[in-house]
Amino acid sequence: MSRDPSVDEQLETSMGKSMRKPYTPKMPATWWLRRRAYFLFIVREVTSVFVAIYCVILLVGLCRLKEGGDAFESFLVSLRSPFSIGFHVVALLFAGYHSITWFNLTPKAMVIRIGEEKVPPLLIAGSNYVAWLVLSAALIWIVLKG
Amino acid sequence: MTEKTITLEITRYHPEQDAEPTFQSYDVPYREDWVVLDAINWIKDNVDGTLSYRWSCRMGVCGSCGMMVNGTPKLSCAAFLRDYYPEKIRVEPLANFPVERDLVIVLDDFMAKLESVKPWIVRKEGEEKPLSEGEYRQTPAELAKYKQFSMCINCMLCYAACPVMGLEPDFLGPAALALGMRYNKDSRDQGREERQEVIASHEAIWQCTFVGECSVVCPKDVDPAGAIQQAKVDSTLDWYKALLPWSKSQ
Repeated sequence: MSRDPSVDEQLETSMGKSMRKPYTPKMPATWWLRRRAYFLFIVREVTSVFVAIYCVILLVGLCRLKEGGDAFESFLVSLRSPFSIGFHVVALLFAGYHSITWFNLTPKAMVIRIGEEKVPPLLIAGSNYVAWLVLSAALIWIVLKG
Repeated sequence: MTEKTITLEITRYHPEQDAEPTFQSYDVPYREDWVVLDAINWIKDNVDGTLSYRWSCRMGVCGSCGMMVNGTPKLSCAAFLRDYYPEKIRVEPLANFPVERDLVIVLDDFMAKLESVKPWIVRKEGEEKPLSEGEYRQTPAELAKYKQFSMCINCMLCYAACPVMGLEPDFLGPAALALGMRYNKDSRDQGREERQEVIASHEAIWQCTFVGECSVVCPKDVDPAGAIQQAKVDSTLDWYKALLPWSKSQ
């Protein structure tokens, strides 16, 4: 969005030349190290990369399953490598951080009003945690049952 | 007894002679009840009359005296020296704005952005009530929907706190978007569709990555980050509604 040119015209001096020379500071590449909140924001963004990689691994697993028993077995073997286990541990921690930070932000995006009163933010964020626990419990039950 | 003092490091920029801003240090008498603005006023009155900055009400209402105080956007009339003493305080112009002189920033772009969201009650053609019919009445519940967003004093601290603003100067920014939501949520207003062109554009709500610092620094608890996320939800719902077979836009 550019400035209204008439503003500059009004600021012209009687000498016919503007004396203005606004200085525009440059944003350093390390801006995210300037404040703790910026750093935590970048961490939140980076965690999504790990979540995405995990999703790709999951999709690869599905493709291998479609290809047959041998293909899926070799996929499972590759999952047991130390590198793979290390990645999954990190991905799990990051997925947790990602989920928690976003759950905590939901009351900002979701405002429910009953008359003049807002539903307390804690209740909105809390309902996400409850859903998370219920779904995780259901998943654990399915896995253990199988 | 020697008087207690505190050091202020203040940005100086003289466009006539400087290529870029520099810092100048001033020793100022330390008073328990002084704020940064008091200290700057003391410098202006007693040490250096050329120091330029904006201020007016001294009571957190006018929104003129926003500055970076030790790197954090603050109203300088609400930043007490006692919270920093005995350390020195660095005072800079609000970040993410061009600097006109010393602590004075260029506001033109901000003003144009505010105006672009049509911050007034828009009525559809033919739906404007004649004055004789009186005011548009509102229930307390209808007022509550937008009141928080109407508390903005245009102090621009949210723009200074937003890294997206620094990286993408075309971003419409937190205050302008919250102001748009203030009118969109007003039961008397019918201008949401007109505002959508600006608010739902790439330079507006979708540019926001939800860092959330705008709401943290807001001295009036306007919560612009919340306003933007709610506008995203509303715009997304618009998109889904447009997909419905009975939607008018089909």
